[in-house]
Amino acid sequence: MVDHEDVRYVARLARLRLEPHELDRYAEQLSSILKHINKISELDLEGTEPMSHVLDLTNVLREDEVHDSLDSEEALANGPDVEDGAFRVPPIIGE
Amino acid sequence: MNLLRLTATEALRRLADRELSSAELTGAYLEQMERCEGDISAYLHTDAEASRKAAAAVDASPGGGTLAGLPTAIKDVLCTRGIPTTCGSRMLEGFIPVYTATCVSRMEDAGIVSLGKTNMDEFAMGSSTENSAYGTTRNPWDTQRVPGGSSGGSAAAVAAGEALWALGTDTGGSIRQPASFCGVVGLKPTYGAVSRYGLVAFASSFDQVGPVTRSVRDAALMLRHLVGKDPLDSTSVEHPEAIADPVDRDLSGLRLGVVSELAGEGIEAGVNEVFREALARLQAAGAELGEASLPHVEYCIPAYYILAPAEASANLARFDGVRYGHRASGAGDVTEMYELTRSEGFGDEVKRRIMLGTYALSSGYYDAYYGQAQKVRSLVVGDFRAAFADYDLLLSPTTPTTAFRIGEKVDDPLSMYMSDVCTTPANLAGLPAISIPAGLSQGLPVGLQLFGPAFSENLLLQAAHSAESVLGFQAASPLVEELD
Repeated sequence: MVDHEDVRYVARLARLRLEPHELDRYAEQLSSILKHINKISELDLEGTEPMSHVLDLTNVLREDEVHDSLDSEEALANGPDVEDGAFRVPPIIGE
Repeated sequence: MNLLRLTATEALRRLADRELSSAELTGAYLEQMERCEGDISAYLHTDAEASRKAAAAVDASPGGGTLAGLPTAIKDVLCTRGIPTTCGSRMLEGFIPVYTATCVSRMEDAGIVSLGKTNMDEFAMGSSTENSAYGTTRNPWDTQRVPGGSSGGSAAAVAAGEALWALGTDTGGSIRQPASFCGVVGLKPTYGAVSRYGLVAFASSFDQVGPVTRSVRDAALMLRHLVGKDPLDSTSVEHPEAIADPVDRDLSGLRLGVVSELAGEGIEAGVNEVFREALARLQAAGAELGEASLPHVEYCIPAYYILAPAEASANLARFDGVRYGHRASGAGDVTEMYELTRSEGFGDEVKRRIMLGTYALSSGYYDAYYGQAQKVRSLVVGDFRAAFADYDLLLSPTTPTTAFRIGEKVDDPLSMYMSDVCTTPANLAGLPAISIPAGLSQGLPVGLQLFGPAFSENLLLQAAHSAESVLGFQAASPLVEELD
């Protein structure tokens, strides 16, 4: 049901790089999981409201007041590559 | 006296009466950790010196907080300022949070002594703790078996006498299933009752923090300290009732519905036997038992394994090697850096769920999977509403089997997912549910699960407390029993 092409496509969307030998395994496992999950397609749910959240909450607001928050040193503390108060990353736009 | 059998409630009384010091109590736990960790591996991070110091500080200034001096284990998915937090993942190896989860800081404000951070399935995805990047935790009742998951470290620590009690989290059963496998009490509160601030997100519309304890009263005691609206989590709400200490009384007048879809087919014979015996005892203690139905329960696993991975695929996008955690070296551009980082940092199950969730949300499949699963969620809520019109609480076994063998399901993700069949309905509907030990089947613990309506924690805990005394489960894991 899910073939190598699907696995490659989804992995690319999720920014995962798979080894060629992993494609078989994931295709087989995802197929077997999806086969079970497809059970929900047998339900006729025309007219049933989808539920995104169990609590009846809308627009949770608070006063616009200044509170303490992390300073930049703390915010950067776990950065794998930090320079001049910023996170450094490899080039985003190619040469 | 075996200090490792004490409940938190009893330990608190002895500490208050100066019959016991936190240094003695904490020392007993640290000693047991030293004795058992080689076999059990419940913890990912400990600091005995810091725990001893904290206990001594409590003893030096009596009249501290309402949980002063109680040695506590914390699941490693909860951020602790200055203390490593890995979520059982290579991705967060070496990560030191700069803030503390609200649930942890509330417990700390009340004076707990932290014993350390407990092992878990990577990012709380799993039902056995085998998905931890740092090795499997073993079940204290039989070290060839899993402790359950994802809060397997927390449940194993409490069962092995390596913690008085512990914090866990439950997204699809991750508190109740390991509690059941390890013969301890585990409560998943109503969604929104406990702040998720500082809980590393897996599936945000399901995740809840809750207690793993040795008694129902202990679960009530811990929950009382956890609940409440938190300005830092806009989905948290004020609990409509103060969480009460359950009192000793029978079950007369309580209408309990046995969920027929979760109490027959698919449940291991030994589990069913213990469950039926428990029902007979509850009835003898005055409970009015009847048969309840959740007609859409067979769609819970499919719906859960669409919605939770879909939410996870979005939540785990944050692990991109930029702001924290692992970063792959040698990437030529940023896209390659993302891909290498995530492929190196995540384990197999996390990758599987991210891909499953991404697939369910991808163009052309969204309505058939994600949209349909959200509608199933509405049906499940409706099923519970109808059942609670006839019954105060619902009952089922917590898990279809007792603890399985290490390695038994690790190559078969679907069969692993099916072990959540009795627990996911409460997460889909956002309801509170508790697992209490009901007895043993071939020497392994069996859990009884009680479900309640939203925000019915007081009713649920009271009934569970009465049931606990009726069932009279006194056994402790061999690691604790041999010290009697």
